[in-house]
Amino acid sequence: MSNLPAGADVVVVGAGVTGLSAAWRLAQSGLAVVVLDKGVVGWEASGRNGGGASHYHSPLFHEEQRAWPLLDEELGYATEYRRERVIFATTEHHLSHYRHMAEICRGLGYRVDDLDPAQVREFVPLAGDNVTGGIHLRFGGQANPQRTVQAYAWALMDLGGRCLQHTPATAIVTRGGRVTGVETPRGRIACDHLVVAAGPQAEALLAGVGVRLPLAAARAEMIVTEPAPPMPVGGADGNGLYGRQTLRGNLAYGGGPHEWMEVDERGPRARPSTPLLRNLAKRVAELLPKAAHLRVIRSWAGVVENTPDGRPVIDRLDNPGNLTIATMSGVGFGLSPASGRAIRDLVIDGRCGFADISKLSLGRFADLEDDWREGRGWVPTSHAQGLVGLSAHARPSLD
Amino acid sequence: MGPRGFDAKAMAGKVPAPERRVDLLVVGAGPAGVAAAIEAASAGAEVLLVDENPVAAGLMGLDTPLYYGGRYSAAVQNKGRMLQQVIAANPRLEEAIEAGVEVELGVYVWGAFAPGDGLASLPEPLAGLADEERSWMVGFRRLILATGARDVAFAFPRWDQPGVVGARGFGALTGTYDAFTGRRLVILGSGALAMETARLAFAKGLEVAALIEARPDAQSDPAELRALGVPIITGHVPVSASSGLDGLSGITIRDVTSGDETTIACDTAVQAISLTPVIELLNVLGADLVMAPHLGGHAPKSADGIATSLSQVFLAGDVAGVPGGASRPLEAARLSGRMAARAALGLSGETGQSPIAGFDALAYQQDWMRALIAGADGAVIVCQCEGVSREALLDVRQPNYLGAPSAGMRRRDLSVLLRDGPANLDQIKRLTRACMGPCQARRCREQVALTIACASGVSARDIPLAGHRAPVRPLPLAVLAEMDEHRDMTRLWDVWFGIRGQWTPYDDIGTDREDLHADLLGGDMHA
Repeated sequence: MSNLPAGADVVVVGAGVTGLSAAWRLAQSGLAVVVLDKGVVGWEASGRNGGGASHYHSPLFHEEQRAWPLLDEELGYATEYRRERVIFATTEHHLSHYRHMAEICRGLGYRVDDLDPAQVREFVPLAGDNVTGGIHLRFGGQANPQRTVQAYAWALMDLGGRCLQHTPATAIVTRGGRVTGVETPRGRIACDHLVVAAGPQAEALLAGVGVRLPLAAARAEMIVTEPAPPMPVGGADGNGLYGRQTLRGNLAYGGGPHEWMEVDERGPRARPSTPLLRNLAKRVAELLPKAAHLRVIRSWAGVVENTPDGRPVIDRLDNPGNLTIATMSGVGFGLSPASGRAIRDLVIDGRCGFADISKLSLGRFADLEDDWREGRGWVPTSHAQGLVGLSAHARPSLD
Repeated sequence: MGPRGFDAKAMAGKVPAPERRVDLLVVGAGPAGVAAAIEAASAGAEVLLVDENPVAAGLMGLDTPLYYGGRYSAAVQNKGRMLQQVIAANPRLEEAIEAGVEVELGVYVWGAFAPGDGLASLPEPLAGLADEERSWMVGFRRLILATGARDVAFAFPRWDQPGVVGARGFGALTGTYDAFTGRRLVILGSGALAMETARLAFAKGLEVAALIEARPDAQSDPAELRALGVPIITGHVPVSASSGLDGLSGITIRDVTSGDETTIACDTAVQAISLTPVIELLNVLGADLVMAPHLGGHAPKSADGIATSLSQVFLAGDVAGVPGGASRPLEAARLSGRMAARAALGLSGETGQSPIAGFDALAYQQDWMRALIAGADGAVIVCQCEGVSREALLDVRQPNYLGAPSAGMRRRDLSVLLRDGPANLDQIKRLTRACMGPCQARRCREQVALTIACASGVSARDIPLAGHRAPVRPLPLAVLAEMDEHRDMTRLWDVWFGIRGQWTPYDDIGTDREDLHADLLGGDMHA
């Protein structure tokens, strides 16, 4: 493994999409950047998500839409980005949600077509007779998370940036109200500015310098099938699922209940997938009945951090003034080209130059109660709770 | 502390009771599994013994679960005939039934789950079962895995022809299925597994043309080898295969020193270099695994070859590790089954012992891989499902469907990747798509690791396991689908976390339109 550098203009903690995108944008601006990660590039949620890129609710939406079509060229590596998305329903209930989504997007100046069932089947030939209707986003799209996160890392390296895997940040070093460096098991790295984009681990790391970033981590799951013939629109989902047909042809979908878990600064202890794969299989087979014969070949789980209101925190703090923090609260992949640029702006210019992101500041949680997780039930299931519903006769007598 | 809230969108409380519960579930009705089931039933336990044989013909075509290599007759299409044959080939099954064991054949166990780290919402240990029609869950108090071992496959040019099979696949086709169609064999390897394969071939009246050994010396006792009466050709590797309508018709081997080539007529090439334990369910369960070179590769962490890191889960037979890369003798397998049953039931008795380690099966695998790499050009396909060649793997080349690689991508090969950190198989898989196909990497998982090890100049023992994921059998969506899910699973299902207000358009945050959006979007996230 390469040597630990003595210092950098900017150290970024976390080689997920957000941290790497920021590092890449900072390197594009000529800064010397070092990214630290406890493990491998994109190993956590950044490499395990659905790959969608149409986040109409975000202040970064316009930049997301501007950036993605240009991203492969700009990075110099393929992300498997495909444009457009069809969201379709098998119930009137879901369809009403999608129509509202369409209205919001139109209000933002983007084209969305309403589709009747026959039109849905034209774009999504694996759909069936159960379709009630859909919407066709003439923007947005989806990419391959694993390829994209690696592309950010390589693009960073091509600009002379460093990405140090298996090098966790164990503590933030401050002096006189400023961050001066980061401790790692391999030694200390000095920096002029620190960006913390460390996913669920960010909370513990920041607590060490008196910054409270309230996060709760949970597991989410996806399944993937063997390849199907490519459909005209790969980004086809609905029926309570998010996901896509990959460029290779596999159907990759997620959704459904999550499980809260404790994550300390070392990261998740385990990322088990569960029998939820059967509930996901059911919904994929309902969404795409002509694919019901396809074999499920994998499932996986990712651990995602959430803020109390489910919205990102992208903020350059007042104290220490050279510390910028970012969590996307479980919705980071698609927005990454934009979040990286916003972080770059905060580090270099002190403010985001292309969007108002003031509502994403950390200050909104200043009065948050200490037991906010308990109040929301965002805490790990206790074993006693898990056993509810298990009839007495079934309790393991062998224990 | 304030009142404790309840997150209606979380998993807790949405896992329905399993279709049934058993004291002891035994997976695998080989000698160890059957012995375990009989022992436990005789001690009064309620035992369910499941075995996936006969597997669907479609799975056999994917070399799942064993490396059948397409060398089987149309008989495998006939499920009724196959079921009779599976029972006929395993007389002890009847004994098990007489002892009170409930036996289910043709049933896959595609997952096993136990409450633990990150999985506290699971009320009890559960196994996922399926046949060709549907899937269901079975609760268990104790689980004995007798899932055996499978073949480590090695790519050489045209190894995808029907007739290139694994030793275990050969054993299943000649024994369990009686559907083997080959007549004249070449056996790759000369160790214990190759000897066992040759003896099995003779017992079945088949011809063995030669044993081929990549190492300079034969790997078995010379007297035993002589007794076989078969030529042992050492210091050679296969470099090509000829084939016709019926698949393999001959194999060309090359002297690794002189480069001289020889062609041997055969309809079957049995890869009998090494087995590796079938640890898929243990990996899905989150049990501790270790790298055990003398036991065939990644193996369960177990002090005695019986207990695992999970209190409910026990091992019987070859799943605990294959000493020297070959099956343990029948009596040893049965003994381990009986010991597993007694351990699972908490009965005193003989304690297990870790299999005696001797021959380094992993080093042997890696020597074979090194010789094969030296003997063949890089265009040889390593991952059959995704069509990934050895050179594509080492170049970390992007798949063809992405078109021509960028200049940057062309510079990124394994050596560049290794500068960023130790080789990570999962990362290389994702970039090249090797190991990502429907056979779930049964044909290429080990050889990709061996190839990366050879290319990075390290021992294969330093390459981390590329993880196994549920479902550990590739089963259709329609089969896996849970049709009778918990009503709260249906009622409270959300696309994402169900955090009210998460999808409020930014401009409307902090306005009275927040509730409107939350209601009209219904939690739907399609972002």
